[in-house]
Amino acid sequence: MDILSITNLKKSFGNKNVLCGLNLSVPEHSIFGFIGKNGAGKTTAMKAVLGLLKTDSGEIHVLGEKVAYGQTATNKYIGYLPDVPEFYSFMTPIEYLTLCGKTCEMEKSDIKKRSIKLLELVGLGDEHHRIKGFSRGMKQRLGIAQALLHRPRLLICDEPTSALDPVGRKEILDILVAASEHTTVLFSTHILSDVERICTDVAFLSEGKISLQGTVNQIKSFYSSKEFIVETVSSETAAHFIESFKYIKPIQNNSFAFSVDESEIFTVLKYISEKQISFQKVERSSPSLETVFMEVAKK
Amino acid sequence: MKSFLAFLKKEWMENIRSGRITVLLILFLIFGIMNPAIAKITPWMMEIMADSLLESGMIITEVKTTALTSWTQFFKNIPIGLIAFVLIFSSSFTKEYQSGTLVLMLTKGLSRQKVVLAKSSIMLSLWTVFYWLCFTVTYGYNSYYWDNSIALNLFPAALCWWLFGLLIICLVVLYSSILFSSGTILLCTGATTIVIYIAGMFPQTKNYTPALLMNSSALISGVATANSYTKAAIITAALCVICILISIPIMNKKQI
Repeated sequence: MDILSITNLKKSFGNKNVLCGLNLSVPEHSIFGFIGKNGAGKTTAMKAVLGLLKTDSGEIHVLGEKVAYGQTATNKYIGYLPDVPEFYSFMTPIEYLTLCGKTCEMEKSDIKKRSIKLLELVGLGDEHHRIKGFSRGMKQRLGIAQALLHRPRLLICDEPTSALDPVGRKEILDILVAASEHTTVLFSTHILSDVERICTDVAFLSEGKISLQGTVNQIKSFYSSKEFIVETVSSETAAHFIESFKYIKPIQNNSFAFSVDESEIFTVLKYISEKQISFQKVERSSPSLETVFMEVAKK
Repeated sequence: MKSFLAFLKKEWMENIRSGRITVLLILFLIFGIMNPAIAKITPWMMEIMADSLLESGMIITEVKTTALTSWTQFFKNIPIGLIAFVLIFSSSFTKEYQSGTLVLMLTKGLSRQKVVLAKSSIMLSLWTVFYWLCFTVTYGYNSYYWDNSIALNLFPAALCWWLFGLLIICLVVLYSSILFSSGTILLCTGATTIVIYIAGMFPQTKNYTPALLMNSSALISGVATANSYTKAAIITAALCVICILISIPIMNKKQI
């Protein structure tokens, strides 16, 4: 079952059409990467899911319940981490989580137990100071703790790693993976290595629409390139290759990329065997999401 | 109910930790003490200035002050207290819109009407506490130095100003649900007060507008009776309720 489904969502600000008929479905128990350039409309779409933004048309359903603008009941299923989370700076993390817990009508003992556990999970277990002095990374971590407090079925994170250093990013990603055991995670980003690292599903947002959606493996195999890389032992054989094959792209002195059909690679292999060229490797280059992203963005 | 109480507690904590309550407490206490103090030192000041006043042809004989002088001072100072109160609380909503702190609470399922109700309850209760604190301090000193019975209709007069304060605070809540910056909220509240004031200048409407409640001197000096203020008081109370009731649907549809 889809935990979140968006149908034909449209939103424009003035003359600018940000979302033009967005369709998206997020399967349950996935880690869903929502990819798009800066300004592609990722935040707009997420805010619409939370009922924080009035849309022009289209429907959003969370666990089969329709999202209404303004006061929406569907938020009880959702944990949300905005791109720059802001908290009541005069409170300590535990006070803040207690407020959040009571807001969700949780039991007192449960709030206490869960707050301690989550603060441990995000590495803020020993922070008893007020939030006022927190760094951006600490706020991001507290943001995840508050988002997970009420055991949401869907965790929505808006660019959770964009502003962090590599160590901070890795920590946040690890927390998201840990969280995904109990909840579906939807996070927007433009950092593709993060997506490759943890996501099971992805969707590319481009010009207000989803241009591509599927599991990471599906997409990679769909875009599986017709490019093969041959690396020879010595660089002297280079000339032979360049003479004999038209569609060759030298990468280094002793390695070349062949953009050929599946069948034609056998011609190359035959050539190598006939000429008895010693090689290091012959491999099918696997596409990174970055290549896919570039290709999708180009369209 | 639990979420409402939690948000109420957060409001209280914020007002304590940000120092708002301390500032207002000191301010209203100072006003409370200043009212009788000024009345008390007036004869002494007149005596000091008697010589210079004599040169300009004014003869000061015996200056006698009563509790009425102190109460007149009270009703002069209360508007300043109200303005300070409004200035301090005009950012109560807007600070949350601008920083984005409210978004997290709302996405946690906190209903927007609870935000309006919690914030207005805190503001209205604090106004009530500070106002009557100031009143009690002045009352205490006045009964020590003079006799409070000289001020007629004292409690109705005090109730009127308190009620007028409630209306202004409800206007702040209403404008906070519509607007995004505290500057414009202050501007609109000020403009509405002026409109109320102007409406109170016409003989036809005079007895029905909240502006009448500001005219407490007529009550304490016995020129007017408390009964003549009833209509304006009822209308003001109704306006307070209307302001809060309108704020809720507006807040429910506000883009935060």
